[in-house]
Amino acid sequence: MAKQATRLTVNGKGHARIVEQRLTLADFLRHELGLTGTHLGCEHGVCGACTVLVDGRSARSCLMFAVQANGCEVTTVEGLTPDGDKLSVLQQAFVDNHGLQCGFCTPGMLITLSELLRENPTPSEDEVREALTGNLCRCTGYAGIVKAALDAAQRLRAPSQPPPQAGEEK
Amino acid sequence: MGAKHFGAKVARLEDPALLSGRGRFVDDVKIPGMLHACFVRSPYAHARLLGIDPKPALALTGVHAVLAANDLPDPMRSEAMPMLLPNPTISSLCTQHVLARDEVFYVGQPVAVVIADSRYIAEDAAAAVAVQYEALPAVGDCRDGVAEGAPRAHAAIASNVLSTFQLAYGDVDAAFGNAAHVYEEQIWQHRGGGMAMETRAVLASYDAASDLLTVWSGTQTPHIGRRMLADLIGRELESIRMIAPDVGGGFGPKAIFYPEEAVIPAAALKLGRAVKWIEDRREHFLCATQERDQHWDVAIAVDDDGKILGVRGRMLHDTGAFVPWGIIMPYIAAATVPGPYVVPAYRLETKVVLTNKVPTTPVRGAGRPQAVFAMERLLDRVARELQLDRAEVRRRNFIQPEQMPYEVGLIFRDGKPLVYDSGDYPKGLETALAEADYENFRERQRAALNEGRFIGIGIGNYVEGTGLGPFEGVTVRVLPSGKVAVATGATNQGQGTRTTLSQIVAEQIGCRIEDIVMTIGDTGAIAQGVGAFASRQAVNAGCSALLAGQNVRAQLIALAARVLGVNESDIDLDDGKAVANTGNKPMIGFGELARLAQGIPGVSLPAGQAAGLEHTAYYTPPQSAYCSGSHVAEVEVDAMTGGVKILRYTVAHDAGKVINPMIVDGQVQGGVAHGIGNALLEWMQYDEDGQPLTTSFADYMLPMATDVPTCAIAHVETVNPLNPLGVKGAGEGGTIPAPAAIIAAIEDALSPFDVHFTETPLTPERIVAALRAAGAYEKLFAA
Repeated sequence: MAKQATRLTVNGKGHARIVEQRLTLADFLRHELGLTGTHLGCEHGVCGACTVLVDGRSARSCLMFAVQANGCEVTTVEGLTPDGDKLSVLQQAFVDNHGLQCGFCTPGMLITLSELLRENPTPSEDEVREALTGNLCRCTGYAGIVKAALDAAQRLRAPSQPPPQAGEEK
Repeated sequence: MGAKHFGAKVARLEDPALLSGRGRFVDDVKIPGMLHACFVRSPYAHARLLGIDPKPALALTGVHAVLAANDLPDPMRSEAMPMLLPNPTISSLCTQHVLARDEVFYVGQPVAVVIADSRYIAEDAAAAVAVQYEALPAVGDCRDGVAEGAPRAHAAIASNVLSTFQLAYGDVDAAFGNAAHVYEEQIWQHRGGGMAMETRAVLASYDAASDLLTVWSGTQTPHIGRRMLADLIGRELESIRMIAPDVGGGFGPKAIFYPEEAVIPAAALKLGRAVKWIEDRREHFLCATQERDQHWDVAIAVDDDGKILGVRGRMLHDTGAFVPWGIIMPYIAAATVPGPYVVPAYRLETKVVLTNKVPTTPVRGAGRPQAVFAMERLLDRVARELQLDRAEVRRRNFIQPEQMPYEVGLIFRDGKPLVYDSGDYPKGLETALAEADYENFRERQRAALNEGRFIGIGIGNYVEGTGLGPFEGVTVRVLPSGKVAVATGATNQGQGTRTTLSQIVAEQIGCRIEDIVMTIGDTGAIAQGVGAFASRQAVNAGCSALLAGQNVRAQLIALAARVLGVNESDIDLDDGKAVANTGNKPMIGFGELARLAQGIPGVSLPAGQAAGLEHTAYYTPPQSAYCSGSHVAEVEVDAMTGGVKILRYTVAHDAGKVINPMIVDGQVQGGVAHGIGNALLEWMQYDEDGQPLTTSFADYMLPMATDVPTCAIAHVETVNPLNPLGVKGAGEGGTIPAPAAIIAAIEDALSPFDVHFTETPLTPERIVAALRAAGAYEKLFAA
């Protein structure tokens, strides 16, 4: 199989590797870099467990080749916890609102929601649910995840901005 | 006694690692020199296997081996896998070989395995293995399978009807003969899967220095798995360790021991290298066990007041190609029909039919959603025919709380008479109705109708046998560090087992919950174990944690009293210390006590002192624990598209005493989501030749965040008198009545068109087809 060089930044750290062209970004992250927090649930781009940020945008790492990420900045779930053991606001909101059970879909959920909260600091419940349609969870029935996202949004928001009412569209 | 943990909303101990990418699932484990496997699987639903040529695969660089049945060790080479739950009505021992020998029975059945340097190469090579088949006629539908002249699902088995059994009590024919009204329904529920987000996974590594075969498996039942593997691979139990590390969801299908769990260890032994196999999602659709396919012809006999006189009928259960767990699902289904109602006479004749599809074994609910759907559809029919309110029909037929314990008249799958230990079914329904504002629904419905919107409401009630034996074990051991080691054969696929057991132990022995070091899902940590299925762990493992904790507590108190020179009654255990309530309150830490309990070399322990501060309890329940619940669904149906939106979903749930309300609510909410999938979306389709048609998430729909509302959940606690914690199971109740409540609500929403639904999943196409057949569109366009 043909090999090719790829250089990318993952969670702020640069990597240069020569890899098979067909190696997916997900397998590269998991098995070449040992970042096993990114999970594979379907490998056909529906379940969203493998979601990472590529240059700040959420992307399915199962549907990208590692060589396609050449020159990109990638953020995985490991990159959401910059202070070692200290959980981020969003991660802590998942603990407080029972936003996970088995934890397998969770990394993808966290990545999708960090993108949402960055772009829309005051999401309504409907907007959170809409953003999550690209991530499947079989355990929770989504209630805790939605609650965690809204809770995190509120904690991250400046106190001057009141939270939207349930169901309110912006 | 230490801090109050039991019954509190304690934050889960599992969460921080899983949230920061530090979980350890099977595919996260890496062994030096590890090889990767890919299976060669049958593309035919039924065929003779004529030959396998591995040479094209072996020619590829990086391929280490291609193994077929004859390359495996005895006994798995020649003997079929053991059946876990035999039943005398099963006419033929019907389990598969780990790799097919001369006949294949479903699409996806493993035929050979390729071992290579990487998964990528293994997949290339698996495609290159040349397998010769001769196609045989297949049974794709159990109704065809019972017809005269049907093809055989197994060439060597003359009848596709593997088991016929009847569950009955009372004089059902007399009840029907004298009844004022008899109503019949034909009911069909389709197959779906567990669809855990983590697919199945096996990693095996043999260490010659310790003669230990270690197997990591994404399983719900590592102890059972080890036993099955020992039988199939011909090794002693003690030379095998099976570990279920973090497991990404179970829902039933991972309770089964699969061929891959035998083949991968055999390959690792043969090659002297660690071998890993990670199932892909397509394989999960093809090969992980499924459930629900049942066809019911049932009738209910009632008097003029809508009181039940009897229920009778026939049921066909499509069991797929094998019966690895015997016939427990159709059995549970048959025993679940009477539910919370007084049914004076009952008879269900069940036929278990072999087909050329992947075997069925329990999926969250395990036969109960089908039974509850049948019973609740019959009661809705009674309400409609007699023009009674649907809640009122239930009220008139409920078993009353003062009738507890209530003997149904059947034998449950645990071999014990079906006796409900406790429960208050009327209170459960009234609680759910009040929370759902059922009283004012007809007003809401009229107002919606005036706007041209169709909304409806539906009810589902159930009783579920949970907490099945035989037992589960918990070891509690105080460590010299002062921490407390807990080991259990219970397992964790997201249920928060680590947290709930820690709550129980910490409260008993008076330590901080974060000082508990738990080993879960590891046969190396506790001698006996069973695992997760039948919503059994809170009852079995929970009570063992209580008993082991109580025992170690007594040991701690006795030793501390002796060391501190006070009476045992003066000792309090708190925060990892034993404190005497006398004098200047002398104290001693658990760590020091643990060192003392090790004794001094050469000196006998004082009389009555046990070795170490340690105890293992194996609690065995006297019978199943019967939980119950009432669900109310309110939906809106778009008559033009057949789209259904669940507006409001209410649950009143009785799981006995609740150990952690946050976790129980999570189980209920997640269970409802699974039930919504069963009701509206999930349909594992096959063609008439047994070819699977829905093998991706693009074809088989799982509920998304926009499909599942946040449920209103009320706990109706009736204490289970039969176990020391007073608990019942909670893992499946969310799923069981959901299809019944949702389909009833859809039918109610479309009542202006008088359509009737008796199938799941009720997809938009089916709704539109029913409306079209009922002439609804003529009415709508005329309006």
